[in-house]
Amino acid sequence: MIRVTKGMLLAATVLASAGMAHAADVKLTIESWRNDDLAIWQEKLIPAFEAKNPGIKLVFSPTAPTEYNASLNAKLDAGSAGDIITCRPFDASLELFNKKQIVDLTSLSGMSNFSPVAKAAWSTDDGKSTFCVPMASVIHGFIYNKDAFEKLGISVPKTNDEFYAALDKIKKDGTYIPLAMGTKDLWEAATMGYQNIGPNYWKGEEGRAALIAGKQKLTDADWVKPYEELAKWKPYLGDGFEAQTYSDSQNLFTLGRAAIYPAGSWEISLFNTQAQFKMGAFPPPVPKAGDTSYISDHPDIGVALNAKSAHQEEAKKFLTWVASPEFAEIYANALPGFFSLNSTPVKMSDPLAQEFVSWRGTSKPTVRSTYQILSRGKPNLENETWVESANVINGTDTPKVAAEKLQKGLDSWYKPAK
Amino acid sequence: MSDADMTELDDIPIKRPVRWHIAVFLAPAFIVYSAIMVLPLIETLRLSFYNLVDGVPTFVGLSNYRVLFGDLRWSHDFWNALRNNLIFFAIHMCVQNPIGIALAALLSTPKLRFVAFYRTAIFLPTLLSFVIVGFIWKLILSPIWGVAPWLMSLVGMKSLFAPWLGQSGPALVAVSLISNWQYIGIPMMLIYAALLSIPEEVIEAAECDGITGWSQFWKIKLPLILPAIGIISILTFVGNFNAFDLVYTIQGALAGPDMSTDILGTFLYRTFFGFQLQLGDRSMGATIATVMFLIILAGVSFYLFAIQRRMRRYQF
Repeated sequence: MIRVTKGMLLAATVLASAGMAHAADVKLTIESWRNDDLAIWQEKLIPAFEAKNPGIKLVFSPTAPTEYNASLNAKLDAGSAGDIITCRPFDASLELFNKKQIVDLTSLSGMSNFSPVAKAAWSTDDGKSTFCVPMASVIHGFIYNKDAFEKLGISVPKTNDEFYAALDKIKKDGTYIPLAMGTKDLWEAATMGYQNIGPNYWKGEEGRAALIAGKQKLTDADWVKPYEELAKWKPYLGDGFEAQTYSDSQNLFTLGRAAIYPAGSWEISLFNTQAQFKMGAFPPPVPKAGDTSYISDHPDIGVALNAKSAHQEEAKKFLTWVASPEFAEIYANALPGFFSLNSTPVKMSDPLAQEFVSWRGTSKPTVRSTYQILSRGKPNLENETWVESANVINGTDTPKVAAEKLQKGLDSWYKPAK
Repeated sequence: MSDADMTELDDIPIKRPVRWHIAVFLAPAFIVYSAIMVLPLIETLRLSFYNLVDGVPTFVGLSNYRVLFGDLRWSHDFWNALRNNLIFFAIHMCVQNPIGIALAALLSTPKLRFVAFYRTAIFLPTLLSFVIVGFIWKLILSPIWGVAPWLMSLVGMKSLFAPWLGQSGPALVAVSLISNWQYIGIPMMLIYAALLSIPEEVIEAAECDGITGWSQFWKIKLPLILPAIGIISILTFVGNFNAFDLVYTIQGALAGPDMSTDILGTFLYRTFFGFQLQLGDRSMGATIATVMFLIILAGVSFYLFAIQRRMRRYQF
C-alpha cells in the first residue's frame, strides 16, 4: 500500500513539474554542420515553425563542418544526439539508416513533394526506403567579377577555348588574378575543380552510372580529361596557390583581386554581403560549341529523425513542415545558393541564384561522381580525389598517374555487380 | 643455545597495527588513474583484436595487425606516417633541443641583462594554444596576406620565399619548425633549472684550474646537465609520437599536400573517427593506437634500460 502511495506521489511530482515547464513544451534539437546558417534558423525558420506549432520548441545546434560526421556518429552511438539529424548525402546517411539510428521516412506525408532523383541521395540502393527529407542541393559553376569582365571587354565564355582565351586576356592585363583557387585545403581542387568541370567530359549521369556499373574506369579518357584541363589551370592561379586556403580564395575574389572563382552555389549569400562589385555566373564551359552541357546539381542537405528521439510525433511534424513548399520558399530565399529540391518551383529573388538555377533548364544535372557507392571502402575515393586533384594542379602527379592511382585504389575494394 | 633457537626468537613477528591510511591515501590517485588511463588503454588493446564481421564485433586475433602491415595500402599509409613522424622527431632533436640548451646556457650567463624578459618571451609560445599557434603561423606564411613574404622582401630575399606549407617537400619541415618554435621553452626551462642547480663551488674550482668560457661549458656544465638532456629527449620522443594537434590545425586531417605531413596521430584520427565521406573504423583505429603505444613503449624502455642506467650522476 505504502509503495503504491509513494509511486503515486512520485508520479504526481513528475507530472506537476512537467506541467509547470509549460504544457507539453517539447524541445527538439537539430544537429547540423551548417554553423553559417545559425542566424537564418534562429531568425526566420524556427519562428516560422514555432508560430504554427505551439508547444514545440526548436534548437539549432551546429558543429564545425569537418567534425560533424565524426561527432555525430559518436553522439548517435552514445545515444546523446539531437532529435533531428541533418543528413550528408549518400553513404554517410545510408550507414546511419542501416544501423537503425535514423528512422524510415518513406511514408512521411510530405515525401510526395520530391522527385525520385531528389530522393536518390537519401534512399537505399534499391530506392525502396527513403530516410531523409531532401532539403537543398548545390550547383557548381563559375562566379565572375562582372566589372572586371566589362573593363577587359571579355564576354562570358561558353566553350573551353573561350574560357582559356578569357583567362589569357585577364593574365595579360595583370590587374586581376585570373582564377581564385588554391590547393592547400585539397577539397577546393577536387570539388570546385574536378567535380565542377568533370560532368561535361564524363557526360554526367551516363558516365557516373557506367563507373558504378564497372563499364568505365577512372583511367578512361573521359575521366582523365578533366584532370588534363585542371593541370592547365596552374598558370592562371595566384602566386603561392599551393598554400592558398579556401578562405583565401574567397577573400581574393570578394576583395576584387581575382576575376573568376570556380564556385559552388553555396557561396552566393556570403559573396553578396562581401563583394562590392557586380557578379555573374556561368556554367562549366563545354569542350566544343554545340556539345551538351552537364552540371553538377548535387543534393547536399537532408534532414532525418533520430530513432532514439523521445518525441517522434513532434519531430515528424517538423519534418513534414520541412517537406512543405512553405519551408522551401523561406529556405531558398534566406540562403540563396541552396536550391530547394521540392517539386514545386520556388520563387527566388536573388539574381545570382536565379542564374545558377536557370542552368537546370539548359544542362543535364548530375551528382558528384564519388559520392554514391564508390566511397564505401578504404581507400576512400572521395579523399583520394581530394589529394590527387591537388597533386595534378601542383604538378606532383600527371593526370594519367593520378587517374591510375585512383583506379588502383578503387579496384582494391570495389567489385561492381556484373 | 643452538643457532636454530636464535633464529626462532628473531622470527617472532612484532605486532604492528594495519596501516590503513596508506591504502586510503593511495586510493584516489589509483582509482582516478585506473579509470581514465589504464582502463581505456586496456580497452584499446582489446578493441584492436576485434573487428566487425557481418556487423557483429568478433574476436579476430591478430588479423587487424595483418591488415595494417600486410595490406599494400594500409602499410603504405602506415610507413609513410611513421617515416614522417621520425623526420618530425629528428627535427625536434636537431633543432629544438640544441637551441633550447644554447638559450639556457646564454640565459645562465651571469652578466646578461633582462634575463627575466627573455625567459618569459621565449617561454610564452609554449603557453599558447596550438590552435592559436597554427592559425598565426598559417597567416605568417600565407603567400597572399602573410608577413613572411613582406619581411623577406625588405631584406631582398623575396625570391627565396615559397608557399612552403603547400609544397610536399618543405611542408613537413615547416610544420616541424613551427612546433619547435612553440615548444622550445620547455627544454630551455629544464636545462636552465639544471644549470642553476650546479653549485658555485664546482664552477669556482674549475675557474681555479683555469677552465673558463666555452671549455667550462663543455667540460663541467654539460656533463652535469646530461640527465636533464636525457629527460628532455624522452619527453620530446613521447610528445612527437603522440603529436596530432598542430598538424591537424595547420594542414587538416588529410595532412596534405599529398600526405606529406601525415604523422601517426593524424593517421589514427582519420582512421578512428573517419573523415568527410570516409567512415570511422574503430578496430583499425585501435590497432594503430596500439602500435603507437608499442613504439613509444619501446622508445621509453630503450632509454630507461640502455641509456639512463649508464648515465653518470654526480652528487654534491
